[in-house]
Amino acid sequence: MVVRLAGATRWYAARVVDRVAETPTATSLCFEVPGWPGHLAGQHADVRLTSDDGYRAQRSYSIAAPADGERVTLTVQELRDGEVSPFLVHDLSVGDELELRGPLGGWFVWRATQTDPVLLVGGGSGVVPLMAMVRARALAGSRVPFRLIYAVRTPAEVYYADELRRRVRDDHGLDVTILYSRAAPDGDRRPAGRITAADLQAHGWPGSLEPSVYLCGSTPFVETVADLLTDAGHAPERIRAERYGGSGASAPYVVGGAAE
Amino acid sequence: MSIVTRGFRGRRDDSAKDLPPGQYLTHDFPVLSAGPTPRIPLDRWTFTITTETGVEHEWRWDDLLALPSDSPTVDIHCVTRWSKLQTGWKGVSLDTLLEDVETAADYALVRSYGGYTTNLPLEDLLDGKAWLAYEYEGDPLEPAHGGPARLLVPHLYFWKSAKWARGIQLLIEDEPGFWENLGYHDYGDPWREQRYQGD
Repeated sequence: MVVRLAGATRWYAARVVDRVAETPTATSLCFEVPGWPGHLAGQHADVRLTSDDGYRAQRSYSIAAPADGERVTLTVQELRDGEVSPFLVHDLSVGDELELRGPLGGWFVWRATQTDPVLLVGGGSGVVPLMAMVRARALAGSRVPFRLIYAVRTPAEVYYADELRRRVRDDHGLDVTILYSRAAPDGDRRPAGRITAADLQAHGWPGSLEPSVYLCGSTPFVETVADLLTDAGHAPERIRAERYGGSGASAPYVVGGAAE
Repeated sequence: MSIVTRGFRGRRDDSAKDLPPGQYLTHDFPVLSAGPTPRIPLDRWTFTITTETGVEHEWRWDDLLALPSDSPTVDIHCVTRWSKLQTGWKGVSLDTLLEDVETAADYALVRSYGGYTTNLPLEDLLDGKAWLAYEYEGDPLEPAHGGPARLLVPHLYFWKSAKWARGIQLLIEDEPGFWENLGYHDYGDPWREQRYQGD
């Protein structure tokens, strides 16, 4: 499959063919997108909504699954007071249409031709593009060792929980560690708390192994983890980071990024 | 093509009506970059303008602070769709830095600590349109926002305002930078919504 990384992109009509509630406030939306050119794991898409009187709103969301013909899956986290995300998470129904543009972003991507070990570190909804990489690895039959460290506040906020359990069992060479920051499930040996250097040492790869690192989450999360990783000997140029959003509840889930 | 999404109404926030197309207003200052935040000690910081013939003009941190400064208040527009109005900066105009630079170049490639690059026409750096900024809202510019010093070119999408700026290469021919190589628009005018190649 040829994936155009750097060419011109256009808007495509997209029809909802499936929706899956990941948590009470996050939904995966699967679209049928005629003409979609394909994408790489880690890329994102712009969503455009138009009301019946012509008002428009646009936002960026990470793509949650590898390219599957003309199917594109996004996972959207509802943000309180958001203009677009509550509509997508709660109101958009199977059969509804909107517009998608993409794929966008050619930096935060994993290709199945890569052979170096991979460390994925996601905070909250930052797990979405990382899940696309986990799924792409399995789809391609890659044997590259993957470790996913997924930091989340509480067990109820874990996306893809059943699938992650299944993949840890079935996808050889995939390790998944979930770190709870506010409330851990009963029996979890690690007390709830923010991610630490010890967590990364225990569940990641040492910097000396020179893994490719993909790091996605809120700005404070990414800043914290990037510093921990570089302090632990990971070369900055091997860490690809994607930060989303502003700090306020009104900010939409934005990925993407320019160095701004 | 315009597809109406059933049931979508939107917020129709009046504050967005004076923004470039496709933007929304934020009061935060989101941070977006492609890798870890570099930490640059001020005693090792330099900023270098290199002409197309290889002549270098270099400033150390104290040199930069000794130059006449401006305090522009500007609106900024990020390609990921947030805009922030009336942001206050302090820095040195690129007119000042380029004053004694002899060049026939039409293009500039800005280089950052950490390896980031971005390109723009030289004329977009001149005539009071661009600064090397080192303060934001009265405080030293934080590393996450591009400190010690970043480019500030507010009339273009904000990825052109390279964080952690370390120098400018002047070029006879245009050379794409980091995001420009990855499908983003070569020029990036928010009012013409030049987000991606082909816009």
